[in-house]
Formats: sequence, C-alpha cells, structure tokens
Amino acid sequence: MCTYNTEKVEISGSGKGAQGWFSLTDATVYFDHPVHAMAEHTLNIDFRDAALGPAARVAVELTAESARALAAAIEAALAAVPAQLAS
Amino acid sequence: MSEELTATTIAITGAGGDEIEAYLAVPEGAGTPRGGVVVIHHMPGYDSSTKEVVRRFAAHGYAALMPNLYYREAPGASPDDAAAVARANGGVPDDRLVGDVRGAADYLLALAGSNGKVGVIGYCSGGRQSFLAACTLRLDAAVDCYGACIVNPPPEGMPLKVNPIVGLAPDLSCPLLGLFGAEDKYPTPEETAELSKVLDNLGKQHEFHTYDDAGHAFFAVNRPAYRPAAANDGWQKIFDFYGRYLAG
Repeated sequence: MCTYNTEKVEISGSGKGAQGWFSLTDATVYFDHPVHAMAEHTLNIDFRDAALGPAARVAVELTAESARALAAAIEAALAAVPAQLAS
Repeated sequence: MSEELTATTIAITGAGGDEIEAYLAVPEGAGTPRGGVVVIHHMPGYDSSTKEVVRRFAAHGYAALMPNLYYREAPGASPDDAAAVARANGGVPDDRLVGDVRGAADYLLALAGSNGKVGVIGYCSGGRQSFLAACTLRLDAAVDCYGACIVNPPPEGMPLKVNPIVGLAPDLSCPLLGLFGAEDKYPTPEETAELSKVLDNLGKQHEFHTYDDAGHAFFAVNRPAYRPAAANDGWQKIFDFYGRYLAG
C-alpha cells in the first residue's frame, strides 16, 4: 500500500547529489513503495535542501533489514568515538 | 486498430485555476468520435510507466490525459524528486485532486472528436482518488485499481493523512470497475467486499474482480509485484468496461 507515513527531521551536514555537494537542511524518512529498489516496500530517506529545489536531494531506498542494520551501524560508529567528539 | 497516436505535454487549468502540466495522448484520426480517460498517477508520481498507460489508452482509441498532481510543488522536476517534495509537504489534498481531475476532464471534453464521455482510472493511491473523483464529479465510468482506505481507516498507529471516503458512495456518478489482488493487504478482499456490499445496497452499478496469486500493484510491469495473468485479464476488463460506457 501507499503508507504516506513520513517522518521529517531537521539535519545539518552535506550531501552529494546529481549537481555535486550541497548543504542539507532536512531529511524525510518513510516506509513505502520504492522507485527503483526491487522490493514491494522499502525504508526510504530523502536528504534535502528544500530551498535549492526538488533536485537538491540525495535519496536511498533500503530493505527493512538493511535499514535496521544501517541504523545500528550509525549508532555503533557514534558510540565508538569519545563523546565530546560526537556531540 | 492501427494503434497510431500522438503524445505530448500540455498545460491545463487545474484546481483553483492553477495552470498545471499534463500528458496527453490522442489516437490518430481526429474526426472519429471517441471518449476520454483521465489517468491518475500513483504516489511515485507523473512517471514514465504511467505515461505508458496514457499512451495505451490512446492506442486503443481513447484520448487520455494525466495531470501532474505534483506540478505545483516541483515544476520541471524529475518525477521521483517531485514525489519526494509532495510527500515532504504532506501529499495531495483531496479537494485539490478533485479540481485537477475536473480540469483534465473538461480539457478532454473540449477536444475535437470528443463524444462527450469521460472516464477516470487510478492505481494504488490513485485508485482511492478515482473513486473520490467519481463521487464528486459527473463522470461516465470509473476504474479503481487496488485503492485502499476507501472503506477502512488507516491502520492504527499509522499517521496517514487520508480518510475513508465510503460515505461518498451515495454520490457515485457512474459505473465503477474494481480490480484487486487476493493477496493484497491494503485493500484486503474483505474491505473491497464491504465496498461492494455498500454499493449493492445503494443500487450503484459496479463490478469487482479479485485475482488469485496477485497482490498490490499487479499491473506494474517494472515492479516485482507484476502478475502477467492478472494484469492481462485486468486490461481486457478495463477495455470491455470502457467500451460499454465511453465508446460511441
């Protein structure tokens, strides 16, 4: 189904899209039909800068298993460095 | 049937008088009376696969038009980028959808060769929107391909921005063809059976078909959900249905 379910979070950092690097302002996270991945539903993330227009986007479509592994890897990477470095 | 056609991008007037982009396909032989079909794209947007659907209707003798429902948010953007923006902005409101379908239907009716009849078809989220348009506008035939959230509310805990619209059923303006997969969870066969029961009680003309060994999006030839047997039979049923209510 089309879940419409969308989490939106403000972020700070940079991403590399079709036109090169740009600053990121927000990310939308949702579990829905992918455009490209060969699965019925995927965990999709759009890293964006809305002010730069629709093409300022870095998109990923991950299987649920992959997304959970990625989330754990992010937490592990952050936990592996001194707290003051990753604050 | 020659299957010759012309397809092009045009501008139409949508909800609120806004100019929006639309994809038009018209069969060759402008003088031959023919019906029109408004194609409602799915949530991933105004994409190549749905443009193929538009051309398919023209190849079968109908003028077909697909409004870009995300044009306001992202004019000129690639379909997937536009869909991402539309999603981030909360999706397409129902009243705007109805206005855009109305604009597309009016455009088709004004085309040379129109026989004065217009139908609508939508897939996935567009299936619900096809039902919505058919209950809100004066149309001649509507097709709902596995549209969810018509009868049942969204699953508990899922903050969907869509509401059930079965309450609009008394206003259904035209015959409705429903094509569903037995393995689909949204909508389930129980939900579509409930919709059929509601329409029966209202005396609304409809025919529903639920295919075994098919789930959601079984028409989508570029997705793993594609089920050729169900899709081929479904296309046949669509053209039979439109042949009865839009042709002539």
